[in-house]
Amino acid sequence: MTQTDFHPHSPTRLTGAEILWATLVGEGVTEVFGYPGGAILPAYDALRKFPIRHILVRHEQGAAHMADGYARASGRVGVAIATSGPGATNLVTGIATAMMDSIPIVCITGQVSSKVLGSDAFQEIDITGITLPVTKHNFLISRAEDIAPAIRAAFQIAQSGRPGPVLVDITKDAQQASAIFDFNGAKPRPYSPHPMLHCTDHKLHQAAELIRKAERPVILAGHGILQARAGEQVRTLAERMQIPVGMTLLGLGAFPASHPLNMGMMGMHGESWVNQAIQEADLLIACGMRFDDRVIGTPATYALKAKKIHIEIDPAEINKNIPVDVALVGDLREVLEQLLPLLPGRDGSAWLRSIEESKGTAAVRDIRNLPDSGHLYAAHVMHDLWRITEGRAIVATDVGQHQMWEAQYYHHDHPRTLITSGGLGTMGFALPAGIGAKFACPEREVWVIAGDGGFQMTASELATIAQEKLKINIAVINNGYLGMVRQWQEFFYERNYQSTPLVSPDFVKLADAHGIAGAAVRTRSELADVVHRARQHDGPFLINFLVEQEDSVYPMIPAGSALHEMIRRPDQNPLIETPQDS
Amino acid sequence: MSGNTSAPRHEASAGHSGVEIAKIMLHTFVAYVEDKPGVLTRVASLFRRLNINIISLTVGRSERSGFSRMTIVADASDEAGHRIRASLYKLEDVAEVDDISGVSAVTRELALIKVAANAESRSGVFELAEVFRARIVDLAPESLMIEITGVESKIEGLIQVLNERENRVLEVCRSGKMTMRRGHHTSRVLRAMGVADIPDGIEPVDPD
Ligand SMILES: Cc1ncc(C[n+]2csc(CCOP(=O)(O)OP(=O)(O)O)c2C)c(N)n1
Ligand SMILES: [Mg+2]
Repeated sequence: MTQTDFHPHSPTRLTGAEILWATLVGEGVTEVFGYPGGAILPAYDALRKFPIRHILVRHEQGAAHMADGYARASGRVGVAIATSGPGATNLVTGIATAMMDSIPIVCITGQVSSKVLGSDAFQEIDITGITLPVTKHNFLISRAEDIAPAIRAAFQIAQSGRPGPVLVDITKDAQQASAIFDFNGAKPRPYSPHPMLHCTDHKLHQAAELIRKAERPVILAGHGILQARAGEQVRTLAERMQIPVGMTLLGLGAFPASHPLNMGMMGMHGESWVNQAIQEADLLIACGMRFDDRVIGTPATYALKAKKIHIEIDPAEINKNIPVDVALVGDLREVLEQLLPLLPGRDGSAWLRSIEESKGTAAVRDIRNLPDSGHLYAAHVMHDLWRITEGRAIVATDVGQHQMWEAQYYHHDHPRTLITSGGLGTMGFALPAGIGAKFACPEREVWVIAGDGGFQMTASELATIAQEKLKINIAVINNGYLGMVRQWQEFFYERNYQSTPLVSPDFVKLADAHGIAGAAVRTRSELADVVHRARQHDGPFLINFLVEQEDSVYPMIPAGSALHEMIRRPDQNPLIETPQDS
Repeated sequence: MSGNTSAPRHEASAGHSGVEIAKIMLHTFVAYVEDKPGVLTRVASLFRRLNINIISLTVGRSERSGFSRMTIVADASDEAGHRIRASLYKLEDVAEVDDISGVSAVTRELALIKVAANAESRSGVFELAEVFRARIVDLAPESLMIEITGVESKIEGLIQVLNERENRVLEVCRSGKMTMRRGHHTSRVLRAMGVADIPDGIEPVDPD
């Protein structure tokens, strides 16, 4: 077989391995992230016949995160592939990360032959059992003829409704056997929406009535806006009804940061006035967000004065964390398209003005004012990266303080430009997710921003970057600590810095060992030059930002406290921002 | 499974004050699931994840080919009832879920009870079986087996009376509950009739 007849229009007899790739090609897959091994070897052997690029990762967790980053950046399904046993278990963290953030990925694993299933054969692991709670669905396939239908169903399940990861475990003998491949015949039955979707005219009118009557409404803009591609509709709602918008972490980019109605991020490290506005609001319009504990503080004290409208595709989210008054259960975009005609317009200036006034010194106190003491603050890095890249880069962040600073200082005006693990908070995510994003959007500038701790969890993927010759820029925010944990120890454990100081390799030398260029930055004055150099460098570039070690993220709502019970930045520093900074 | 005797809501008598009904109550779900390996695990795992105890679970073939019917009785708050139903529907292998707590339904359980009985003590058990409309399905020199069908309280009643006699209860095998709505109504019909008056966001909607 040659590369051209990979995707036969008429049913053809192929091996299971060939059927796997032919089906992926049929689903539009052009890249897969993976790592070979015995039980998946038949599939790898057949790969050369198909127009699919395989990216060899250094750890299967990386493959799952790359598929995830690919999906987040593009909205298309990302694909990871691994062998049985340890290959499959290494995927699990990546699958769970995708599950928590509703990311459509398909993971394919090899499995021991069906004859020995359940016998503890070499590298046998019950991966469908292990991943049952962290996948939207999974399949164990032991016959060649079942491969195409399972893969096609996996793609449909991953993308439909509330998206999520799907795993297909294929026995070795199924890969080796042959069957008739019929792509069209393997089409899954038509997708049927969740039967409890519910958005009647009556409900829409109730919601519209609440919105029209509200004096202090706030839109809560979540990840669902990106998933449903409802950015336009949310924007129309906000503009027409003059409603201020608060963002969740995963929502950032779904509504432009520079839009006058965008107040900023809500929640644990959100802007104080956003959280205050939520506490003062008389109406919350939750759009594709799930009232996560990181954004509500504690349910008992959350937005007690507000009626709540929840627009959400997953009926299981309704009344889960916060009881709501009107639930519009359906696709956000479709719901808003039905709702908008009921909303003629409204003067919201008084409420907007009062929010503006409530900012007071908070804007400069907590976030914007960092002392120009010659030291380098992570906030400087984020702020300057944002300015230099004009907010256009795709930024993949890891988990910790730097992740929150990025969210505070890098203003995302464009959808799918922030790739970050919100629900699971998976350290080690940034580097592989950034690689996945680069494959999804090769023309885009990609920055990986990781802490010194998290970077080392998946730093082996530097070799993948080198092997694949990817132009990715990497910023390691090196504070010498597991910073976010150190911050909790500082605030809540009497500065007992147990096991948080971190000795790290010289990251520039580490990059160099991979043939990757790099430089260290110690002061703000050198920052811009090095960033320019990194961007212009023809190839990957790593910057080791040696930042202030014991800086903390402000403001902060301690876990379990109310949104208005914030820990504020202790010192009022003189404002150092120049006009062009803001 | 426990020997919990508190009645599910649909068996509570009409005049009940409701005061003693705790926030946690028994919820009964009927689910049609694909008849495939692993489906039971997926359903059970959902309850496990929510840390909800399954009181009873029965599974068997249904009128739909390729689908099994499950009756699941679980300890859950009212809000959890909505979430469980919504979450069950998120399972790929689940075709239909009905929450029949609080609706008019027929609920039955089957039990096989083996008691020690010899020639002398048999007749008393026969009489009891008659009173309970149970049947004797096996007779051995030293024991006999009773088959009884009914609501949970009836079965518990028989076991209790047997325990009070000198006939020792040797074995009890109970099927768990099976439930079916009364009449021809599907939940869709009921809604069209305006029977279901359920708070916002948790009303049942049928697949179309
Ligand atoms: C895999 C994993 N292990 C542990 C944690 C808990 N955790 C959250 S933030 C953090 C510290 C991260 O340190 P670093 O990567 O240096 O970032 P910083 O907070 O210093 O910016 C830790 C350990 C986690 N989120 N993920
Ligand atoms: Mg650190």
